[in-house]
Amino acid sequence: MSTVDPTVTSSRKDRGWYKRNEIAVTPWLFLAPAILFFVFYVIWPIYQSIAISFYAWDGLGEARFIGFDNYVELMDDRAFEVSLWNNLKWLLFYLLAIPGGLFIALFLNQTVTGIRIYKSLFFFPFVLSQVVVGLVFSWFYLPNEGLLNGILGLVGLGPVNVLGDPTWATYGIIAAGLWPQTAYCMILYLTGLNAVDPEQIEAGRLDGAKGWKMLWYIIIPQLKPATFIAFVVTIIGALRSFDLISIMTNGGPFGQTRVLSFYMFEKALAEFGFRMGYGAAIAVVLFLIMLVFIAYFLWSMWKEEKGR
Amino acid sequence: MFPTPIEKTSRSWQLTYQSLLPLALIMWLLPLIAVAIFSIKPAEDFTQGNYWGVPSSFEMFANYGQVFFNSDMPRYMLNSVLITVPTVIGAVTLSCLAGFALGIYKFKSNIWIFFMFVAGNFVPFQILMVPVRDLTLDMGLYNTKTGLVLFHIAFQTGFCTLFMRNFIRALPYELVEAARVEGIAEWKIFWYVVIPLMKPAIAALSVLIFTFIWNDYFWAVVLTQGPESQPVTAGITSFNAQFRAAYHLMSAGSIVAALPPVLMFFLMQKHFIAGLTLGAVK
Repeated sequence: MSTVDPTVTSSRKDRGWYKRNEIAVTPWLFLAPAILFFVFYVIWPIYQSIAISFYAWDGLGEARFIGFDNYVELMDDRAFEVSLWNNLKWLLFYLLAIPGGLFIALFLNQTVTGIRIYKSLFFFPFVLSQVVVGLVFSWFYLPNEGLLNGILGLVGLGPVNVLGDPTWATYGIIAAGLWPQTAYCMILYLTGLNAVDPEQIEAGRLDGAKGWKMLWYIIIPQLKPATFIAFVVTIIGALRSFDLISIMTNGGPFGQTRVLSFYMFEKALAEFGFRMGYGAAIAVVLFLIMLVFIAYFLWSMWKEEKGR
Repeated sequence: MFPTPIEKTSRSWQLTYQSLLPLALIMWLLPLIAVAIFSIKPAEDFTQGNYWGVPSSFEMFANYGQVFFNSDMPRYMLNSVLITVPTVIGAVTLSCLAGFALGIYKFKSNIWIFFMFVAGNFVPFQILMVPVRDLTLDMGLYNTKTGLVLFHIAFQTGFCTLFMRNFIRALPYELVEAARVEGIAEWKIFWYVVIPLMKPAIAALSVLIFTFIWNDYFWAVVLTQGPESQPVTAGITSFNAQFRAAYHLMSAGSIVAALPPVLMFFLMQKHFIAGLTLGAVK
């Protein structure tokens, strides 16, 4: 009854080819524009980038095939090494947004008057563009005019030039990035907390679980879907970091805040002429790092699809 | 509810919590509050070193007037609108179609096409940069809003399709079956049965994409230059170069640049959060 065979219901002769194959053809008609756009602008360029990484090319003249030379050069490139380490720092410290977001969500998960406004105001840094976040924080860090040093001065600590110090600059930028990212994780957890099963909490209370134990054994397991999404968006955010670095330090001081995405941009479009091949090689490395995570994300999604 | 509802706790903790809330909020928004204060200060405050004290006079109108009437800012804002709105329409349309196909029909390559969109959406932009820039140059669309819009539509289609497909999967499939039994054409099922049910998803996705595209900086820098086509995120850097070290104007400029998505968020909060947290709850 529920499976309607179109060839049976349409025994009339005037039905055209389309009518007879409607169920099989329609999805492809609906998919065609999206697939066309996506393949043209996303999938094909990935392949092209990989191809370009084997060439020496300035973007204008003839491209010259050089095999793995770009990759060999990367191995001895000190700036590449610095960028790679910084990417690792980003990955590691950016994940702080997850416990940070959970902490704020727990703090705000109450029903006092005006709490909704508090929640939106806590969330709203996420809506700001990274460019504005970058500007706001670079002014916050300013050695003389910045509020940070104003506050440090009040408690008698000397002025620090966060973004001018090669060791601290990257951490300063990551802190700026954590601001909107924590807000994002917070909203994910607030939604998750809303759906936590109250009966399980009551059962836990009866069993004498409270505070940390309750959180760890009863609440956090139920927040798993929110944690998964928080993890996905934070990892991707960390590896995509570009805007903040470009705005706050432009890679400096002494190139110490570069990450792969920024270094790639510098090599291909900005600094010393256009080295498209070399830039593409850096992008491929970044892509391969991301691929590990993409594979893991897809695998988790696939498991869930099968479970349905 | 966890943590324990505040009404059920001791009076002293209730009072502490009530006073902690505004304090925490001020701490959280401190860098932003500083910028907001900067933006209403007169220039003299900065030359005299009165950085974070009380402004010596309130120059709100003068500073914001400068931004609106004496810079390229309105132009950049207009560009941003002209880039963002078509992208939202394009990406939402394409993903409604694709999401319908992937959500309703069962065919062999369904899951692989779906994964192609998901995976593409996670890819680092940088691997697309060189070829997409080249492509745009070849089509004669470099430094045009159209070039930027076309790319944005394509890239956002990945995320939007993921979103739409999951949303459609959660709709009652019986509706589609019932319509088929009635002999209704597939495209009519899409238009009259599925689309009306997708309205909340369309609203959520539209505000999300609006914010994402308005805030994009990387592609604006890669594909455009100059005030005739650059959106406000890229324009703000030239604005800041124009008013170097004039912190009161730069702050006012940044606040203006950030305003549209902020307004969008506060007006459409429910949809915005529903969109962001889709999948955060089973």
